Amino acid sequence: MADKPELPLDPAGKRGVLAYLAVAAVVLLLMMLFGLAMRLAQSEWLGLEAVYFYQVMTAHGIGMVAIAALGTAAILWYFLARRVRLSTGILYANLALFLVGVVLVLAGIFIGGFAGAWTFLYPLPAKPMGIWPQWAAASYLLGVLIVGVGFLLFYLDCARAILGRYGSLGRALGWPQLFGGDASEPPPPVVIASTVVTFINLLSILAGAVILTLSLINVYVPGFTVDALLAKNLIYFFGHVFINSTIYMGVIAVYEILPRASGRPWKVSRPFLAGWSATLLMVLAVYPHHLLMDFVNPTWMHVLGQVLSYTSSLPVIAVTAVGTLANVHRSGLRWNLASGLLFLSVLGWATGVVPAVIDATIVVNKVMHNTMWVPGHFHTYLLLGVVAMILGFMAWLDEAAARGDSALDRAAFWVFAVGGFGFTALFLLSGRDSVPRRWAVHLPEWLPYDRVAACFAAAVVLAMLVFALRFLIGLKRMAAA
Amino acid sequence: MIHSLAWQVTVPLVLAFFAVFAWVALGAGDKADATAISQTSGRIRSWIFWVLVAVFLPIFGYTLRDLPYSVAAVAGGPPQVIKAIGHQWRWELSGTEVQVGKPVDFHITASDVNHGFGLYDPDLKLIAQAQAMPGYTNVLRHVFTRPGKYRVLCLEYCGLVHHGMLAEITASEAK
Ligand code: HEM
Ligand SMILES: [Cu+2]
Repeated sequence: MADKPELPLDPAGKRGVLAYLAVAAVVLLLMMLFGLAMRLAQSEWLGLEAVYFYQVMTAHGIGMVAIAALGTAAILWYFLARRVRLSTGILYANLALFLVGVVLVLAGIFIGGFAGAWTFLYPLPAKPMGIWPQWAAASYLLGVLIVGVGFLLFYLDCARAILGRYGSLGRALGWPQLFGGDASEPPPPVVIASTVVTFINLLSILAGAVILTLSLINVYVPGFTVDALLAKNLIYFFGHVFINSTIYMGVIAVYEILPRASGRPWKVSRPFLAGWSATLLMVLAVYPHHLLMDFVNPTWMHVLGQVLSYTSSLPVIAVTAVGTLANVHRSGLRWNLASGLLFLSVLGWATGVVPAVIDATIVVNKVMHNTMWVPGHFHTYLLLGVVAMILGFMAWLDEAAARGDSALDRAAFWVFAVGGFGFTALFLLSGRDSVPRRWAVHLPEWLPYDRVAACFAAAVVLAMLVFALRFLIGLKRMAAA
Repeated sequence: MIHSLAWQVTVPLVLAFFAVFAWVALGAGDKADATAISQTSGRIRSWIFWVLVAVFLPIFGYTLRDLPYSVAAVAGGPPQVIKAIGHQWRWELSGTEVQVGKPVDFHITASDVNHGFGLYDPDLKLIAQAQAMPGYTNVLRHVFTRPGKYRVLCLEYCGLVHHGMLAEITASEAK
C-alpha cells in the first residue's frame, strides 16, 4: 500500500519535533494570555495603558503567527521525513534561529517599547513619534528576519529532499496522474501539501526578507525611503502566504492521522490533486484583497483579489472537508482527543472561510475592512483550525505513547470548542456593528461585546492550559516511545 | 445594510457546516461500506463544485459592476471636495460641513505613516472608507443621505494614539 511510510524516523528527528511542540505549547498558552489581556483591557476590566496594549498586540500577532508556523512545521517534518530524506540538522537549526529571533523580537517590544504591530507597516517602525527608539524597531525587524532565515533553510531542505525523491515539482504534485493519464499511484497527501507549501513559502519569505531589510535601513537612514504602496504590497504578499501556509502544513495531520483512526486510507483522487495544484497558483495572487481600500492600487489587482479570494481557498477546503467527512462517516471510528481535535480543525477552517470570503468582496470590504470582522474570521481558522491541528497532533503523539483520554481531556475539548466559537462569534458581531480593530480603548457602545468575548477567551485559555500541561507532562514518555 | 447582510449570510452557512459535521461525527461509530461512501462523496464533491460555480458567477457579475475606484464627472455641477490628511494623531480636514444629496469627494492622504479614513454615520455604523497613505491620494466619493453628525475614525493602526484619531463632519439639508 502506497500509504505506508517508507523511511524510519530517526530518534534525533523525533526529539526535534517534540522540542518544536514543547515550545509551541508554552508559547501558545502565553500568547493566548496576551490575547485575553487585550480583550479584558477593551472591556475596561483590566487597566492596561494604550502604550502597553499596543506592545501586547504586537507580541500577540507576531508570536501567534510564528508559533503557528513552528507548530505546523513540526507536523510537516514528522510525516514528510517518512517519505523523503530530510536533514535533522536543519530541523534543529531552524529552531535555534527561531529562538534567537524571538529573543530579539521580545527585547524590541518589551524592553525597547516597539509597538508597530506584527505587520510592521512601512514607515511606522521608523516613525513612532518618539514612542520607541531606533534600536527597538531594528531589534524587532532583525528578529523577524532571523526567524525568516530559519524557515528559509527549512523549506530549502524540503525542496532539496522532495526534488531528490520525485525529480520535479510536477511529479511531486502528481501532475502525471492528473494530466498525463499515468495510472501509477500518485504521491501521498503529505508530499503534495508539503510541495505546495515549500514552493509558496520560499517566495513569501524572500519577499518578506526584502521588505524587512528595506525597513531596517529606513530605520537608521531616514533619507532612504521606499514607496509606501510597494512596501504594503510586499508585506501583505509575505504575510498572507506565510500565515496561509500554516493551514496547509497543519492539515497534513488530518490527512495522516484521521485515516489511522478510521481505518480508511486517504484517497488521493484527481480532484484532490487538481485542488492543490490550483491553490498553488492562486494563493500567490490573492493577497491584493488586503489592499482593496488602497484605491490607487491598479483596479485589475482589486478585481483579481476578489475573484481569487472566492476561488483560491475553496478547492483545498472542499476536497479536505468532503474527504474528511467521507473518511470518518460510518467508519466505526471511536472518538478520542486527537481525532476529535483534528475533526474540529476542519470544521474551524471551513467555517472561517465563509466570513473571510464575504469580506473579500470589494463592496463589503468598503464597510467591513479593518473592523473586528477581520480578526473574527482569521481567529476562526487559526484558533479553531490551525491550533486545533497542532493540539490534535500533540494528543496523537501522546496516544501513540499509550495514554487514554480522561474526563479532563474531554472537558477541555468542549471548553475549547465552545469557548473558541463563542469568542470568534463576538469578534464577528462587533465587526457587523463596525467596531474598529486594533483600538486599545473602546467606545462605551462596544463594551458589552468585549465583555462577553473576554469570558469566552478565558475559557479557551483554561482549555489550553490543560492541553499544554498534558503535553509537557507526557513529553518524557513520548520521547522514550 | 451590507453589514447585516454579511452576518445573515455567514450565520446560516456556519450553522449548516455545524449540522453536517455533527451528523457525521455522531454516526462515525457505525460501520458501512467504504467504497459506496467514497463514491457518494465523489458525487457530492462535484455537485458542490457546480453549485459554487453557479453561485459565484452571478455574485461576481453583480458585485463587480459598481466599484468605488473611479469617480465619474457629476451631473449638476462639480462635487463638494474635502481634503483629508491623516497625521499622527489627528485628522486635518479642509471642511467639516457637507450637503445631503450632493456628492462629496474626499481626497485622502497622509503626511507621516499610513492611516485609514473611516466614515461613520450618526448611528456609529461604518459607511465608507479608504486608506490614507503617504505619497498617494485616494479619492472616495460619498453621497450623504441624511443630515446629522458623522464621525471619522482611524482604521489603520498608526501608533500610540491611533484610537484617539476622531473628527466630526456635519451633514445638513441643502438650503
Ligand atoms: C485565547 C485565544 C486568543 C485570544 C483571546 C486572542 C485575542 C486577540 C485580540 C483581542 C486581538 C486584537 C483585536 C483587535 O484588533 O482589537 C487579537 C489579534 C490577533 N490575533 Fe489573537 N487571540 C487568540 C488566539 C489567536 C491565535 C491562535 C492566533 C494565531 C494562530 C491569533 C492571531 C492573532 C493575530 C495575527 C492578530 C492581529 C494582531 C494585529 O492586529 O496586529 N490569535 N487576538
Ligand atoms: Cu491614524
